[in-house]
Amino acid sequence: MQMSKEHGWRRARPWLIGLAVVLLYVWAFSGIPMNSIKSQALEVTHSILDGLFHPDWSYVYTGDGEDLIAALLETLAIAFLGTFFSAFLSVPFAFLAAKTKKGFQFKSSLGKTILTIIRVFPEIVLALMFIKAVGPGAYAGVLAVSIHSIGMLGKLFGEAIENIDRGPSEAIVAAGGSGLDALTLATLPTVLPEFMNYTLYRFEIAVRSAAILGIVGAGGIGAPLIFALQTRNWPRTGIVLLGIIVMVTVIDFLSGKIRQHLV
Amino acid sequence: MNTASIEGKFSQKWHLKGLLITLLIGLIFWASVRDIGVETTFSWDQFWQLLAEMAHPDWSYFPVIVKPILQTIQMALVGTLLGTLLAVPFSFLAARNLVKNPWLRGLVRFFLNIIRAIPDLLLAALFVAIVGIGPMAGVCALTVFSFGMVSKLFYEAVETIDEGPSEALTAAGANTIQTIVFAVIPQVVNPFLSYFLYTLEINVRASTVLGYLGAGGVGLYLDQTLSMFRYDRTAVLILGILAVVLVVDSLSNHLREALA
Repeated sequence: MQMSKEHGWRRARPWLIGLAVVLLYVWAFSGIPMNSIKSQALEVTHSILDGLFHPDWSYVYTGDGEDLIAALLETLAIAFLGTFFSAFLSVPFAFLAAKTKKGFQFKSSLGKTILTIIRVFPEIVLALMFIKAVGPGAYAGVLAVSIHSIGMLGKLFGEAIENIDRGPSEAIVAAGGSGLDALTLATLPTVLPEFMNYTLYRFEIAVRSAAILGIVGAGGIGAPLIFALQTRNWPRTGIVLLGIIVMVTVIDFLSGKIRQHLV
Repeated sequence: MNTASIEGKFSQKWHLKGLLITLLIGLIFWASVRDIGVETTFSWDQFWQLLAEMAHPDWSYFPVIVKPILQTIQMALVGTLLGTLLAVPFSFLAARNLVKNPWLRGLVRFFLNIIRAIPDLLLAALFVAIVGIGPMAGVCALTVFSFGMVSKLFYEAVETIDEGPSEALTAAGANTIQTIVFAVIPQVVNPFLSYFLYTLEINVRASTVLGYLGAGGVGLYLDQTLSMFRYDRTAVLILGILAVVLVVDSLSNHLREALA
């Protein structure tokens, strides 16, 4: 009796899961008004594509600091400084979150919860909060990237610390070294290549977020982009888009090459 | 040869490589600081006042944001589904073991790389211009964003499959379509589902801010409360987003562990 009941549940399970997924999606699609597309959608798409193929080349360099190159460099500077600071800020959080004993460890759970909260906190809101403190501009962007990146870097660094071989640091302590000696002579040298690898990876992501932070006024290429979109200046939109795509691709490529050397 | 080894020792002795890298990083750092002008003072009273207001969430605002938060989840679900469905054929076209023609593969990968280079909020800004303000723009942005991300994960999954079954089918006279349906797809279903859930997690997170640009969901209220300086309400929003993201993440992690 018990057996056949189990059997029936087994056969019904995929159907029940399927039904649940279908119901979930019926609900999801019901929330998206499909008829809300503007009538000129095709026309606008055409203009954007046209702008991409006939970009406003004169905007690339004008020499007055209001051009594409300057904006892209500012974006890179925001991403670089933000990642640089967060790489240092993440280390204490990483050591807090790393689980170094078997079983439940309060400091590790606490650290992981803090990092999750930082990770989930929207970067744009952070940028707006910092704009309140330092005024609009690239500095607010740097602060937002620095704080937001701690969430992910702290998690990755912490996992790197969890995965290392404890032998060397135990040996140093056994030979009479202090905890600080074990940290500086055994733990840090082991995790440093991985830390740098993750920092570079995070830099790739930071370049993307720095490119959009300008939408709220935190410096970088985002502001000229949103301005060009709102004034329907399609050739300008095209060149800014091309600039962002080229910048992101080049950075990904370079960072990938360096990371191959590190690992 | 002798001099070469001495030179090698010289550059090693003085840590030339490390010094150069440090110098380079220092230079980039200096240039960045100059470019940004970090000397601006940090106004702590403004910041503390903001934090103090956010520390007292206005819970009466909560009923207002329930519907937009649900809409955010709906957008993420639909966008992830459409993006993933679009990604399947492209991932097969970009996989080294299925498409032998390097030009076609290269072209598809180039296209995917370009799509992946565009940040999610930028896509939202573009689609708000194209389809107008509303959740539809958000769905489009998430579709394209997850398409770019998922295709890469998918073709890497396809490239790691066991070639045995497809070789056996080809030897027995099956054509390409039959090989894909009976040998490739059964092997990649589980990683595909797992990546689908992973993308859903990222999309839920992304969709909470898309509304800031008018692309539907809870982000619109983020913009409204912030521009009206109602930080107590912003705090409610952030807590709501935090709760949704945590629930979706843990559900998805649970399901992905079951799939693995």
